[in-house]
Amino acid sequence: MNKRIAPYYWMTVPAVVLFFVFMTLPALQGIYYSFTNYNGFGKEYDFVGFKNYFNLFQDDNVGNAYWFTFKFAIVVTILTNILSLLIALGLNAKIKFRNFFRGIYFLPNILSVLIVGYIFNYLFSNVFPIWGQNLGINALSTNILGSESLAWIGIVIVAVWQSVALNTILYLAGLQTIPITLYEASNLDGAGKWREFWSITFPLIAPFFTINMVLAMKNSLMVFDQIVALTNGGPGRATQSISHLIYTGGFEGGEYAYQSANSVIYFIVIAVISILQIRFLQRREMDL
Amino acid sequence: MRSRTRINWLVMLLVVLGTLFILFPLYMTVTIALKNPEQMAQSVFAFPTTLHWENFARAIDMTNFFQSFRNSAIVTASTVLLTLLSNSMVAYAIARNMEKRKFFKGLYYYFVSAMFIPFPIIMLPIVKLTASLEMTNLVGLILLHTVYGLAFNVFVYVGYIRSIPVALEEAAFVDGATTWGTFWRIIFPLMAPISATVGILTCLSTYNDFLLPLIIISDPGQYTLPLVQYVFQGQFNTEFNLAFASYLLALLPMIIIYLFAQKWIINGVTQGSVK
Repeated sequence: MNKRIAPYYWMTVPAVVLFFVFMTLPALQGIYYSFTNYNGFGKEYDFVGFKNYFNLFQDDNVGNAYWFTFKFAIVVTILTNILSLLIALGLNAKIKFRNFFRGIYFLPNILSVLIVGYIFNYLFSNVFPIWGQNLGINALSTNILGSESLAWIGIVIVAVWQSVALNTILYLAGLQTIPITLYEASNLDGAGKWREFWSITFPLIAPFFTINMVLAMKNSLMVFDQIVALTNGGPGRATQSISHLIYTGGFEGGEYAYQSANSVIYFIVIAVISILQIRFLQRREMDL
Repeated sequence: MRSRTRINWLVMLLVVLGTLFILFPLYMTVTIALKNPEQMAQSVFAFPTTLHWENFARAIDMTNFFQSFRNSAIVTASTVLLTLLSNSMVAYAIARNMEKRKFFKGLYYYFVSAMFIPFPIIMLPIVKLTASLEMTNLVGLILLHTVYGLAFNVFVYVGYIRSIPVALEEAAFVDGATTWGTFWRIIFPLMAPISATVGILTCLSTYNDFLLPLIIISDPGQYTLPLVQYVFQGQFNTEFNLAFASYLLALLPMIIIYLFAQKWIINGVTQGSVK
């Protein structure tokens, strides 16, 4: 018997060792450093207790990064889900070349976020302003990424352009699980398209709605590549996301311990939001 | 009846219009990469009258494209391979024992809970750790990518393995197969569909990843493709045509794979994410 069981334990060894060394250990270290005044290099540092945490709550840059990230994540999550649900409905309707269009709509998902960001950066700075000038639209005639109040919209556009791809395919998978007989029955009962959507389609793809909301929210709370490619956090600090702040402050600003504390808070925030979202949306699923 | 209704032309039209939003940035990428500055000055949008392929040659030279492509290919291929072997193995051990033994159940939650850990919390310590282990290179990158996919992959694999009947393995045991033999000869081949999914997702995320190489890799000889785009951004400042040629070169390998394996990739991604 033992000969059969022992190998199971051995099978876990490579993954457990790697996971502990490169995931758990660094996470614990991060928490440890968050209670010190370590600057990232050298060996000297002292314990400062919760000082970093107290300071975080009074730091405008931190508040600013959280405000930007949340505003960004909420808008992206909502827009992405509306658009991808609409596209999925379109791709699920009776149209020609369905697979071809599915292929096109999914394309953005396979492209590097950073490079897509660079491409849009060029469009925002050199292409859209030309349209704005030709059409006489003031808001478009300058680079919106250079404007403190508008830059975040540019990042939203790029993020949505890319994330709609994945959510569309997931909704499409959901739509295909709905038995066609349900629609036939509702047709016989004389239900309109609108009624059909709210009474049949939407309730039945509720689990996919949950997944898409959680995925889109989590991904956009982690936004980093787009920021680097489009604005580098600017103008000023108008578009600095939390992960960008941790990166720049921690590696370049000598705030190693301080940003470690920030990332602990960030972790708690993301975990709480994900769990709440799943709880709330799953309860909704059951009610339907 | 619905199945016999005609093609919905209105929806079709909207779908076609929607693709323009997807294709426009890509059209711009291709045309800008093929123009020279004079053509750009005439019109940014027009299709190039003469094709300037030399942009690609110069971009390849400037960014040392083949070296970074090789680095990206090595990291991606090795990560996929290592992920398939190590993640499926631990998932198998967990899936078959989590009901009877607390250790495996605990291990499952230990791994899966990492799905909620945002990368920035380990970002700062991991740089010190890889530096002290002398792993600020491609090997380090491969190991880290493998570890960071583990949470999600174990989740997906365990779900799949539990749907494979245990009777198969019991029959093998009766015939005298060892646990290892059963895993490699029976279970591993049976997992091919889910391994394809995990492989595709790992391939996409590894190839396109920017943050991990950015913080880990310091030797320019080991830069991956996205990192090269970042590093050379400053030098491209005025030469947009070269920059776009370089973007296109970096995007191309995945686009080519996508063209050939489109259906497979879409199905794989759907399965992986919905599980």
